[in-house]
Amino acid sequence: MSSDQPTYAPAQDAATLQRTWSDPPGLVGWFSAINHKTISLRFMITTFVFFLAGGVLALLMRLQLARPDNRLVSPDLYNQLFTMHGSTMMFLFAVPVMQAVAMYLVPLMIGARSVAFPRMNAFAYWIFTFGGLMLYAAFFLDIGPDVGWFAYAPLSGPQFSPGKRVDFWAQMITFTELAALMEAVILITTILKMRAPGMSLNRMPLFVWTMLVTSFMVLFAMPAVMLASTALITDRLVGTHFYNPAEGGDVVLWQHLFWFFGHPEVYLIFIPPLGFISSIIATFARRPVVAYPAMVLALIATAFFAFGLWVHHMFAANLPELGKTFFTAASLVIAIPTAVQIFCWIATLWSGHIAWRTPLLFVLAFFVILLLGGLTGLMLASVSLDTQLHDTFFVVAHLHYVLLGGAVFPLFGAFYYWFPKFTGRMLDERLGRWNFWLFFIGFNVAFFPMHLLGLEGMPRRIYTYPKALDWGALNLTATVGALTIGVSVLLFIVNVLRSRRHGAPAGADPWQAGTLEWSVASPPPASNFEQVPVVHGRYPLWLPPGTPDRVTGLTSEHREVLITSVVDAAPDHRLWLPSSSPWPFLCAVAVTILFIGSIFTPWAMVWAAVPVAATATVWFWPKRHMTAVRSASEVPP
Amino acid sequence: MKASLPPDKQPAMLDVGHLPTFAFGHRSPMWWGTMGLIAIETTVFALVVMSYFYLRSHVDVWPMSQFAPDLLWGTVNTAIMLASALPNWYAKRAAERLDLQAVRIGLVLCLLFGLAFLGIRILEFATLNTRWDINAYGSVVWMLLGLHTVHLLTDAYDTLVLTVLMFTGPLEGKRYVDVSENAAYWYFVIFSWIPIYAVIYWGARI
Repeated sequence: MSSDQPTYAPAQDAATLQRTWSDPPGLVGWFSAINHKTISLRFMITTFVFFLAGGVLALLMRLQLARPDNRLVSPDLYNQLFTMHGSTMMFLFAVPVMQAVAMYLVPLMIGARSVAFPRMNAFAYWIFTFGGLMLYAAFFLDIGPDVGWFAYAPLSGPQFSPGKRVDFWAQMITFTELAALMEAVILITTILKMRAPGMSLNRMPLFVWTMLVTSFMVLFAMPAVMLASTALITDRLVGTHFYNPAEGGDVVLWQHLFWFFGHPEVYLIFIPPLGFISSIIATFARRPVVAYPAMVLALIATAFFAFGLWVHHMFAANLPELGKTFFTAASLVIAIPTAVQIFCWIATLWSGHIAWRTPLLFVLAFFVILLLGGLTGLMLASVSLDTQLHDTFFVVAHLHYVLLGGAVFPLFGAFYYWFPKFTGRMLDERLGRWNFWLFFIGFNVAFFPMHLLGLEGMPRRIYTYPKALDWGALNLTATVGALTIGVSVLLFIVNVLRSRRHGAPAGADPWQAGTLEWSVASPPPASNFEQVPVVHGRYPLWLPPGTPDRVTGLTSEHREVLITSVVDAAPDHRLWLPSSSPWPFLCAVAVTILFIGSIFTPWAMVWAAVPVAATATVWFWPKRHMTAVRSASEVPP
Repeated sequence: MKASLPPDKQPAMLDVGHLPTFAFGHRSPMWWGTMGLIAIETTVFALVVMSYFYLRSHVDVWPMSQFAPDLLWGTVNTAIMLASALPNWYAKRAAERLDLQAVRIGLVLCLLFGLAFLGIRILEFATLNTRWDINAYGSVVWMLLGLHTVHLLTDAYDTLVLTVLMFTGPLEGKRYVDVSENAAYWYFVIFSWIPIYAVIYWGARI
């Protein structure tokens, strides 16, 4: 409980810290904000708005498919709808929302006052937001992409997709992946260099482990799609021939590059929720997660295997049979580390004292839905069956079972779990249960029939189907399920808006959890920790206090953080982090001009580079006053 | 389970007030940021090289444009880039000793080398004997050389900004870490050129 937590910082010091770490007020201050919690909240809300937009697009598709021979939307709009839906959910929601949540929680979980590069964090957020806005602006102007979320060449090439539609898609990739790469670098540095003293790697919360593993995967996966989309846009705009078979190019090169990113991406979406689950299960089973080393090794193994699976998305392409056999085997092997984790969680729940709260319900739904999605995944890993079911609704059902079961259900659980920390208030439990059950039932009603439709041969990405095929009833069922999900998400929004103002006050630790984020007030002060803690175990709040239990010697007058060693988190040096600044925002505007300009003229790469360089330089350039203060108190290594 | 302490008993605290306020190499977050960037860009280069050989495996004649790039300027530039490791090493070592005068000398020398290899890079483009819009071979060669050139440009600009800062100030210890990490990145840019050089100039010959 918050009340009996010892507080050491004198009130005056707390006020100084609050002033030091707060972003400036006013409109300019709003654009200058770099506090990781402020940026992360904006980031979460932005990704959630994209989630809602993607959901509305899905509902439009479901309404169109609700009955045979429907004329609600045109084939052309339908193409844009499924492309925008997939692109939104993958690039503007699923991957970034995990990073957004992590940017809030990771520093709090590791006892840090900030992320490592707070200005770059703000910059990445703005880049992401501008990329998403650009895509939707294009969509509303009827130049939304229409070639599927993976934009296969040659359909996406200049010959079959003239106009600007695919260019906006390709630049959206550049925006979002740039942001994701920067966030990954920030997370890796934060996790490895800013943990509180004593939090050696083997004491890190499992969620932090998942984000470390995910961030390393991002470094090696995202460049592939950036390269692929850059080659696509140069094919379209300046006449290169990467994907043009007539001049020695190759369309399967696109598939290789895309899925070399695309399959690890599934795990970029799936691994952070494993961390949500480990946090939620430990708290609601009231005990540490069983077999911590096995959990960590399973995560790392998953990350490695994830890079050996990409060809299983290409079984229908003409590839060597031996190669396909390898990728089938790898696709089956990756089930092992996932199973290890699931058994560890079951053991944790089995041996704990379970508290049946909404976050846990969402986690339990993960077990059911992901299991079904995993089983259809095993089916699709077989080349012969995959060739039969390729491009049918069976695949649509499979991927939604995996992605919603694996990511969205745990994510909603995570919102219920950490909302009290973000806002200081609890979400309503009754509405939460309605939210959960409508989502769970609606999801199965919407997506289970798609398995059957796929087995009956209904292809993906068709805007309608004739009555004679008798697919109407199952499709109508799916649409009813989709609307039920819509209602449940509306309930969630109502719950959030109401609880934000009128929810029960949460206190620092409403769930009696064990990790450090629950040791500070809700919402946390600007500096996170008034006193930087010293850590003596994996669940510090469940342990008797060790000695020493906190850090002294950091100034409250400046944004000073403690940098620690990579493995043992031994104190290494003290560093002043930068002040709040509008320049990351302005630099992001300049980069946006460059990216969007280059869709219309390659020369934008030249002239727009000038404002980019200028804003980046002003961003970097140190302030004379601050430098003088720093120099006066410097201790050289 | 939660611990609470009797208010009269203040436990020992871990004093970090004596610790340095900046540090070099992997002790510094800047090093990790730079290494992250290097990991990303190495992946990009590796993927372009793989694409190069992937495309090469799908056609009968390579280079598709008949003539491989001229060896002269590419080879000269390789020598210049490798030679720039020397002033770069000097600047890095000077930064780690907080020797401002030597840092200035090292950075200016690096900049001169930067100007030289950027100038010769133009000649390299001119003697590639292919264009990006002729065939897939031309596209991938231009992509590879273009991406590396972007690195040369950004690294030269970074170095320019740092050089100006080291002359005008304001300076503090952290800026020497910046110089040191800029030098680490410079190493990456020049040493990553060696496999790229081998692919562009010899991948079209062997």
